[in-house]
Amino acid sequence: MHASINWLKEYVNFTWTAEELAHRLTMAGIAIEGIEDVNNDKILALDLTPNRGDCLGIINLAREVAALSGSELLMPEINFTENNESIHDYVKVEITAPDLCPRYTARVIKNVKIKPSPEWMQTRLLSCGVRPINNVVDVTNYVMLECNQPLHAFDYDLLSNAKTILVRRAQPGEKITTLDGVDRNLNQEALLITDNGRPVALAGIMGGQNTEIGEQTINVLLESAYFQNIGIRKSSRMLGLRSDSSIRFEKGTDINGVIFAVNRAAALLQELGEAEVIRGVSDCYPHTLNHKHVLLRPARVNHVLGTSISSGQVKQYISSLKFDWEDQGGDLLVQVPSYRPDIDQEVDLIEEVARLHGYENIPAQLPWGITTQGGLTSFQKFRDNLSNFMIGSFYETVNYSFISDRFFEMMRLPKDSPLRNVVRLANPLSEEQSIMRTMLLPGLLDTLSRNLARKNSNLAFFELGSVFHPRLEAQPEEVLKVAAAVTGRQEAGWCKSEIEMDFYYLKGIVEKLFKILGITDVRWMVCKDPGYHPGRSAVITCQDKEIGTMGELHPLVLQNFDIKSRACAFELDVNRMFELSHLKVMMQGIPKYPAVERDLAIVIKEDINAADALIIIREAGGTLLQNVAIFDVYAGEQVAEGYKSIAFKMTFQAQDRTLTEAEVNNSLDEIRAQLELRVNASLR
Amino acid sequence: MIEKLTTIRVEAEKNISGVNDYGSLNEIRVKILGRKGEITQLLRGLKDLDPEKRAEVGCVANEVKDTLERLIEDKTQQLRALELEMRLQQERIDITLPGMLGPTGGQHPITRVTNEVKDIFMGMGFTVAEGPEVEIDYYNFEALNVPRDHPARDMQDTFYITEDMLLRTHTSPVQIRTMEKMAPRLPVKIIVPGRVYRKDDDATHSPMFHQIEGLLIDERITFANLKAMLMLFARKVFGEEVQVRYRPSFFPFTEPSAEMDISCVNCRGEGCRVCSYTGWLEILGAGMVNPRVLEYGGYDPEKCTGFAFGMGIERIAMLKYKINDMRLLFDNDKRFLKQF
Repeated sequence: MHASINWLKEYVNFTWTAEELAHRLTMAGIAIEGIEDVNNDKILALDLTPNRGDCLGIINLAREVAALSGSELLMPEINFTENNESIHDYVKVEITAPDLCPRYTARVIKNVKIKPSPEWMQTRLLSCGVRPINNVVDVTNYVMLECNQPLHAFDYDLLSNAKTILVRRAQPGEKITTLDGVDRNLNQEALLITDNGRPVALAGIMGGQNTEIGEQTINVLLESAYFQNIGIRKSSRMLGLRSDSSIRFEKGTDINGVIFAVNRAAALLQELGEAEVIRGVSDCYPHTLNHKHVLLRPARVNHVLGTSISSGQVKQYISSLKFDWEDQGGDLLVQVPSYRPDIDQEVDLIEEVARLHGYENIPAQLPWGITTQGGLTSFQKFRDNLSNFMIGSFYETVNYSFISDRFFEMMRLPKDSPLRNVVRLANPLSEEQSIMRTMLLPGLLDTLSRNLARKNSNLAFFELGSVFHPRLEAQPEEVLKVAAAVTGRQEAGWCKSEIEMDFYYLKGIVEKLFKILGITDVRWMVCKDPGYHPGRSAVITCQDKEIGTMGELHPLVLQNFDIKSRACAFELDVNRMFELSHLKVMMQGIPKYPAVERDLAIVIKEDINAADALIIIREAGGTLLQNVAIFDVYAGEQVAEGYKSIAFKMTFQAQDRTLTEAEVNNSLDEIRAQLELRVNASLR
Repeated sequence: MIEKLTTIRVEAEKNISGVNDYGSLNEIRVKILGRKGEITQLLRGLKDLDPEKRAEVGCVANEVKDTLERLIEDKTQQLRALELEMRLQQERIDITLPGMLGPTGGQHPITRVTNEVKDIFMGMGFTVAEGPEVEIDYYNFEALNVPRDHPARDMQDTFYITEDMLLRTHTSPVQIRTMEKMAPRLPVKIIVPGRVYRKDDDATHSPMFHQIEGLLIDERITFANLKAMLMLFARKVFGEEVQVRYRPSFFPFTEPSAEMDISCVNCRGEGCRVCSYTGWLEILGAGMVNPRVLEYGGYDPEKCTGFAFGMGIERIAMLKYKINDMRLLFDNDKRFLKQF
């Protein structure tokens, strides 16, 4: 919205420069975005908040300036003469939808000379961004800009002979051709101005082409009405049609200002078009709206603001806005003017006081009261620990929570996968962002791919974020996940050979993560997820609960994401990890008696997992076996094809004595025997 | 014999001091003190002397022996120190070469700013509250004083799932959820970070972004408290020299409402492109909790008051790190992420 300072000065005297005025208004909540110089005038660009639609009218803006500067508001004088004919002989108004149109008024103007409006009016309209057309149309626009009351002018002679204006809801399938030449299909949400059954205007939004003012126009019917904001908003949205008029009705206009505006227009038409004005206004106003009253307690003002504004000052601020009030035992019963529909609670009036007092004049005072302890819940701490660990090995990324179905194909997700059961947006920006993600990996792989395309290499990314699973008749389940994806090598610089970021690299990080988070007894089992390389992927479980998956990605998945190198990834359920985490540590005494270390190398079939051998060794080793670690895995020369050699380092120790050679040997014999028996291991 | 001993000593002293290596030193030791050494040989002749002379010569001989042994020991120490010194010199490395690289990674600037803001308010006694990203209309709008068909809904273009379910457009639903849990206990003192969604996508808007908001409700919380606390916050994030101003604004869930501006961090208030030549940058919205919202949350607005504030994390991050394009924050380019 634009406002001319010259125009504003007609209604209020002030000595501020344009810059000062802009600053004062901005600091009072009427934000001025810019000032433009146009032909000896300065034009303010207003950025109004939705509650202050009243300031779309210059007079209401002038009211603000008057209150801020302490000057008087000068309302335009309305002078015109009416002829002896009665309006009732010209038009009759009826409303059948008073919920959408509480008030409709009309005047009739005769023998108007259609011509361009004078230069001063054209200049003003142009400065406010409105194109001049002819004196009749220009006057309706001028009065709208001035009074914030949209008007509509009909060619009276193009109306039917009945001359009965009926304001009613549209019937389903009814049509109207609006002034912009577009045929519009209506439903019952839309409100119509009709004449003898024929729609002649889309109420509050745009007039109809059938009664448009033109060169031939002689007599004019002027409409000045009050339409409910919600109705206008709905039909304007439904039709995708917004106009200067609909914008104003949506924000709320002044039901008591309709007569003033129609009279102002009549006076201007008489002046500029030498028109005759028919006596009287046809005013259909079925249920008179009562004035709103709000009680304002000066003590409450200070209670909310933390100020010490005197009762007298409060009264002065309210009076400066020209709000009527009466004293009720020290409190003010304020009658809210109908042009300020935004005010209906005491705090709204407190805000009026605050902004006239100036936010800068409210003191800054830290609160006092009971001291509270700030901090994080144990889950939030857990999540922070996790995140802090991850940033040691990966760059954190932020990917969109909405993805495309296409990603499921790219991930080779089975058709019946529960992850395909998604929360779908009803109005997405695009197909690419139309469903809420059920997994983090697609976003991360997309990020990997984009980086590779830009020749960024050796990539390690992670994300910590929610995935969404729909639930019947309830909000979706939101599960926090952590996922990482890597490709290339870990850069080592000049001093050491680089490490391939492969399965074992990533597994090492995950194992360290579990250790730090206090998750023990984790099992890695063969994974059937078709997104991964079938021989290089694992399901990770703990206490028979699945924590997540990890593996090298399937070559076809990599191909789908246009990733040309191998890549590994994992995705873990953070909520589940939190449930499984136990960070309580019980120290064990440092043993007083020496440990005995023994190495054991076995040869087993290639397809037997190391974990199986480890389980056997632990069971067979009994309590004396303190620790067992794998220190070598070998397949190749000296080992038969289809077999591999694994070497274990075992530590035997007792808490209460030095172990004898015989004890250790017994234990070792048992381990060997069990390995031979259960996995057919041979010794090397 | 005594003269001979003296000659041996003088000769040996000279030789020892001139020696530079263990080998030569050992040779000297063997030559003089060894089993067949000069002193040993000499002492063998003692038995031929008369007892008085024998005692005298023996005494001198022992003295010479002790002296020489000590000299050899001292020389050994000296050589050892020298040797260590040489080894250390030889082992010199180029300490300007870079250190060994371990795995590297880093925190996303959005997380970094979120944590910074969280920490400031936790230090002031706030706890962190969170809520779902898929919300129902009631928590996202209605209980925040934005009824259906209200023009204020236009302020936030919404992604819908169903007529009643949507992607939250702000973190404010957590205000209501927390109040419901807490009522009527006071104070309510929370800070709420999280992802939010609006149907906007251009150079300055992303359909998904992050907010952090705060809520403080107690028996006597005033607008003056809001001013002081947010000023403290702004100075901690942007530096002690930053200027702060408050302008009236409008949010359906607060009344009176305010917009907080800080003096431009780029030009320090002189006026530049970043602040559109105004000298000020809008960084957060705030206000006194609307009594209707307190009622929705289960609190009596006559018995308590509160303030709330909220800001976009992306905006703070962009200002703090001078990031000129919002899209960089969601593009996840390694060259960008490496800088944080």
